[in-house]
Amino acid sequence: MLRRLYYDARVRDLFWQIVISVGLVALTIFFVRNASQNMVNAGIASGFDFLWRSSGIDVPFVLTSYTASDNIWALFWAGVANTLFVSFLAMILATIMGFLIGLARLSSHWLLSTAAGAYVEFVRNIPLLFFVLFWYFGVIAALPQPRDSLGFFSAIFLNNRGLTVPSPMDGSVFRWALLAILLAGAAQWLVVRWAAARKARTGQDAPVIAAGLMLCLVVPVLALVIAARATGWDMPQPGRFNLRGGFVIIPEFVALLAALVTYTAGFVAEIVRGGIAAVVKGQREAAASLGLRPGQILRFVVVPQALRVMIPPMTSQYLNVLKNSSFGAAIAYPDVVSLFMGSALNNTGQAIEIIAMTLAVYLFFGLIVSALMNWYNARIALVTR
Amino acid sequence: MSARVRSSLFALWRARLFSTPLDSAISLLVLAGLIWAFAPLVRWALINATWAGETRADCAPGGACWVFIKARFGQFMYGFYPATERWRPNLFLGLALAGIVPLFWLEGRTRLRLGLVVLLALPVLGVWLLGGGLGLRAVETRDWGGLMLTLFIAVYAGLISVPLGILLALGRQSRLPLVRTLSVVFIEFWRGVPIIAVIFLASLLLPLIMPAGVGVDRLARAVIGLGLVIAAYMAEAVRGGLQALPKGQTEAAAALGLGYWQTTGLITLPQALRISLPAMTNEFIALIKNTTLVLVVSILDLLGIAQGSLADPAWVGMNMEAYLFSGTIYWLICFALSRWSRSLEAGGPGSH
Repeated sequence: MLRRLYYDARVRDLFWQIVISVGLVALTIFFVRNASQNMVNAGIASGFDFLWRSSGIDVPFVLTSYTASDNIWALFWAGVANTLFVSFLAMILATIMGFLIGLARLSSHWLLSTAAGAYVEFVRNIPLLFFVLFWYFGVIAALPQPRDSLGFFSAIFLNNRGLTVPSPMDGSVFRWALLAILLAGAAQWLVVRWAAARKARTGQDAPVIAAGLMLCLVVPVLALVIAARATGWDMPQPGRFNLRGGFVIIPEFVALLAALVTYTAGFVAEIVRGGIAAVVKGQREAAASLGLRPGQILRFVVVPQALRVMIPPMTSQYLNVLKNSSFGAAIAYPDVVSLFMGSALNNTGQAIEIIAMTLAVYLFFGLIVSALMNWYNARIALVTR
Repeated sequence: MSARVRSSLFALWRARLFSTPLDSAISLLVLAGLIWAFAPLVRWALINATWAGETRADCAPGGACWVFIKARFGQFMYGFYPATERWRPNLFLGLALAGIVPLFWLEGRTRLRLGLVVLLALPVLGVWLLGGGLGLRAVETRDWGGLMLTLFIAVYAGLISVPLGILLALGRQSRLPLVRTLSVVFIEFWRGVPIIAVIFLASLLLPLIMPAGVGVDRLARAVIGLGLVIAAYMAEAVRGGLQALPKGQTEAAAALGLGYWQTTGLITLPQALRISLPAMTNEFIALIKNTTLVLVVSILDLLGIAQGSLADPAWVGMNMEAYLFSGTIYWLICFALSRWSRSLEAGGPGSH
């Protein structure tokens, strides 16, 4: 009887799963009991009441309406906004720079491809933290003092306290501009769909590119120019010792962004190179023998196939950028790790709640990035029967 | 160099750089860019640099002051490890090399035996030699630092992450739904959070969940935190190898009457690990790069020592020297490993 049970695969599977769950539950209870005991001994409160306490923490770079008199919940969101802001910008800039370097690597020009290859090998074998510290303490700290700022068109000033740019007096006009840009984008999307449907029906091309130029380039530029003229500008004025006015982009932000972009671009370049190299030569030759022009070959044959190879690794690079934005904590860029896991935790001591919330931020936005990229990947995937 | 060789070399460079007007324009642009970027660097780091001397006063302005690196070399290598005890990390490095290098030449059973001895004895020996006790003067982990600490963290976090990663990869393929779910949750959780947050987490939570009175060493916390994250990445690397195996392998093993652990240990794992070794090496490179993050809990590894040395009033303004020196060391280690990984991929030692 026992012997038969022992040799029954289902019984054995069940037995081991029960053993594992009992072990895990016991371990969890052990840890939780220790933690609650230790917290009672140290006099640390638990629960999420601390979120409504006033924070009293000054943040040098805020995108939300947070001030030091707000509560810790608002501080949390100020940190999240800073994390997302620097990550988003870094993703876009690293993609552009990585594409350029990756294409340079594929170039038939010997010097260009060697220089691009050297850049990739250089960047990929050095820790990101090194770049962050180098840009912050090495480059930005070496910039001139505020009174000797490097000025560009007497509107933008660069010095060792950061980048000072003109700031609009009235931000609401930009909301209208943004609305106009979004509407134009939606219109272009409709045009593309209509053109594709018409081409499928009648075989005729529609002027999609002309409409795209109009809707995606002219309209946004016009909207921004009109908005910029409609509002007054707070221009930075060079004073005796310091700049007055304008909006200061803090050096921590500039250093972190520069480090993330220069580092990630090396990885993106490899992905781009690999993606385009994965399109076999025969594809290009076949397209050429069908009479396609070089631009058409690139647009209809090479890029669609290369994208399919590139999207999954690009997704993980974007996730890396999101996670790596936390390196800003090393130079006190006020992201969610340094504000919430650093300052707020020091003030309240509630480690478990704060750590759980911070990790949840990264898991949540990581899931969103993955979902968006998977959606895009499914759209461009090879359609088979 | 004969005239013919010279003229063919000249032709080669002409073909490479100046074959068409467009090529020439690109060449000139790239060359101008390179000169613009590197001429000041070379002038600063080599031509105008000071190599000999004792103090900052010996250094000429406008050039690198390598005297600083010379004066601080011990710290860059060992941190604040007492100078009289530095033979201990040296001895350990020597023993480790003496144990590991023969593994590349030995074959079969001897290789396996030596490998097991190295794997089991060296980690324990290392902790004893570096930390002291049992007849050796105790050296607190607070005093460890520099390159020695970087390597220590990388190796010991690797020792946690490789076995754990293999177990997780196997768990992800398990027949038992509970084991599969637990492995997937573990892997996806640690892969989804930033390592810097994990190091904070480990240094804050590990002491909290231990029974009162049981302390966890500061360095051990960082090593455990790093080990857990890298284990999740290692698991994905191993999974790639496991999935690359044809199903016939496990079916043949089952037909021979092998059980799960026999099949895994004798058939699937050895083949899967060989396939995933390049990917695992890449994860190890990432681990070495990520050891720098222990800076945020004030453990001074190589980059931390470089960063800390900038605050010394006797050596003001040595930022570039410190960064260039430590950056070069990181680059050399990671570049060598990535070359090795690439040679494995191309079918170097260890492949069929």
